[in-house]
Amino acid sequence: MSTNLPAPGRIRTGGLNPDQLFHLGSAVAGSFALTWMLFERILPVTSPLGFAVSWYALFLTMYAVISATTLDRVGVVDRVVGALVATAGAVLVAVLAGIVVFITIRGKGALAHTNFYTDTLALVGPDDGLTKGGIYSAMIGTFEQVALAILISVPVGIATAVYLNEVGGRLARTVRTVVHAMSAIPTIVAGLFIYAMFIIGFDLPHWLPLLGDRVSLPRSGFAASLALSVSMIPVVITTAEVVLRLVPNGLREASLALGTSRWQTVKGVVLPTARPGLITAVLLGIARVIGETSPVLLVAGYTNALNYDPFHGPQVSLPLFVFNLARQPFDVAIARAFGAAVVLLVLVVIFFATARILGGRAPGQVSARKQRRLSARLARRQLVEGNLL
Amino acid sequence: MTDTLTTPLPPLPTSAGTPATLSARNVGAWFGDHQVLEGVDLEMKAGQVTALIGPSGCGKSTFLRILNRMHELVPGASLSGEVLIDGDDIYAPTMPPIESRRRIGMVFQKANPFPTMSIHDNVLSGLKLAGKGFGKGRAAEAGDLVEHSLRSAGLWDEVRNRLGAPGGSLSGGQQQRLCIARALAVSPDVLLMDEPCSALDPTSTRRVEETIAAIAHEVTVVIVTHNMQQAQRVSDRCAFFLAAENQPGHIVEQGSTADIFENPRDERTSDYVNGRFG
Ligand SMILES: Nc1ncnc2c1ncn2[C@@H]1O[C@H](COP(=O)(O)OP(=O)(O)OP(=O)(O)O)[C@@H](O)[C@H]1O
Ligand SMILES: [Mg+2]
Repeated sequence: MSTNLPAPGRIRTGGLNPDQLFHLGSAVAGSFALTWMLFERILPVTSPLGFAVSWYALFLTMYAVISATTLDRVGVVDRVVGALVATAGAVLVAVLAGIVVFITIRGKGALAHTNFYTDTLALVGPDDGLTKGGIYSAMIGTFEQVALAILISVPVGIATAVYLNEVGGRLARTVRTVVHAMSAIPTIVAGLFIYAMFIIGFDLPHWLPLLGDRVSLPRSGFAASLALSVSMIPVVITTAEVVLRLVPNGLREASLALGTSRWQTVKGVVLPTARPGLITAVLLGIARVIGETSPVLLVAGYTNALNYDPFHGPQVSLPLFVFNLARQPFDVAIARAFGAAVVLLVLVVIFFATARILGGRAPGQVSARKQRRLSARLARRQLVEGNLL
Repeated sequence: MTDTLTTPLPPLPTSAGTPATLSARNVGAWFGDHQVLEGVDLEMKAGQVTALIGPSGCGKSTFLRILNRMHELVPGASLSGEVLIDGDDIYAPTMPPIESRRRIGMVFQKANPFPTMSIHDNVLSGLKLAGKGFGKGRAAEAGDLVEHSLRSAGLWDEVRNRLGAPGGSLSGGQQQRLCIARALAVSPDVLLMDEPCSALDPTSTRRVEETIAAIAHEVTVVIVTHNMQQAQRVSDRCAFFLAAENQPGHIVEQGSTADIFENPRDERTSDYVNGRFG
């Protein structure tokens, strides 16, 4: 710097001031000391939970009392509420971090071996260690079942969202209510529904001769994907509907005013404009069902063998694998269950993160990649044109 | 810079629209039970520019949207009367709304190019969306139509080197002219414009006004404007709308622009065009 003036110090407006820090520190220390006295010297009981609760209650009281030495009533209430809210946030983060760390530690043994990702449990006995067997068949099962659920749910979900938002009317309100009710169906009921409907099956009336006389599916990956779809469809519909509502009405009117039909407008303008958001809707749907156990439990069957065919025979998926192995009384099995849980968690995180990144963009905003593609497409076309002339 | 508007245009690849006469007969309009227009009679002559003026809320936009069947898209909206294009009722049961809207194009107050399409594709969007786009082998024709439409809208020189950029990458004034080009590319017989310059700077406004002057011979123009100078500059005829406390919007006076501005018959018209109210 060429000037002799010292750079002006910035005034700190946020954060804890020294006064508050002092109050906070003394309240924490004081309440700890008092609680320790209570539990170690006075009361005949020791209980970690009781200790934590008493400490927190005493802390709040002391914090309020100490703050009252310098602040008025409003200021004290402000501080105490601030402390309560901050605790809630911290507890939530701690619980989440605890789950992740705990599962990872327990699953570490299994995760370290490559055979865990490439092998199946088909020929693995209870005495075999973690160097044998793995979750390959479960990963294939999850992949195929979720893929089938996507194939079923995405067209149905997006078509319904288009109906709700672009067509509307009185029936739409009923449909919306049904969708909301559907998203509240416990997933085990969805599983039961598919079980009763398709696994047990039902007789077809005799005047429908072409389809045979009885509908009945075996337990299979496909049955599982049907059960998953029951949970996935409402998520896709609700999210897609919100996304479609964000498409500016001016674009619809502009398109209609050019003499296009409603369907042409939806296909050519509304859906392309909403595309990033629709992808988010699909990803949220996937994240919702990828870890579901209960709908799959009744209808997928269970097998240790590798089954690539989702339409015939039982097929295991990651959540089902975790469910089954966590109940076995062997350390190795439990380690495998935790390992599979970590893989599942990582998948869910990936889907949510991708959904956040794509969903953060405003509808119709053109990404840099898309801009390049638009230009390239035109350049190609002009080249063709040049050759023609 | 060459004057874009006097450069000869390449011949149009599709059949050009022929300006049509639009006449509204005894038009009334409602939103729910609330009547906002009553007894509007107006003839918009082929190849002329008709300006609709009047204070805010008197029903100009509503009237304009009735002229190309956009009014009925608002839930609860209804109307009465007749709108004839060269003698054919656009509300006749045999006339599909899509066909009316194609023949009677519209430019909105807020520029609304399609954000997912390039400038080039925006111009062709009317044809493409309707499934009448040019196939692979007819790129040259498509190129001609794009150039012709953009030249008509006075935008060609500014975008000729970046036709592949997204429509949203243009300035507000350029976007509005892109919307005009898009509307012209489907060769409409009538072009409705609802305050097309209200969000634009003076230069862009002048460009749009030049555009209107240039296209007036190939399409009938109906323009809503709050700018009295603009109405005087661009229009051949003028209609003054007014709504009162318990009276739905109606036409107080209509006639040649010169008459409306220089010797209006009605006192309210003279007050309005001289800026004494509204
Ligand atoms: N979607 C709608 N629902 C209900 N009433 C409406 C709707 N659109 C417009 N109106 C009412 O219709 C009347 C006419 O509105 P319109 O938009 O045609 O006015 P305008 O003359 O274009 O005004 P401005 O110059 O401000 O654009 C107004 O009283 C308005 O409140
Ligand atoms: Mg208006």
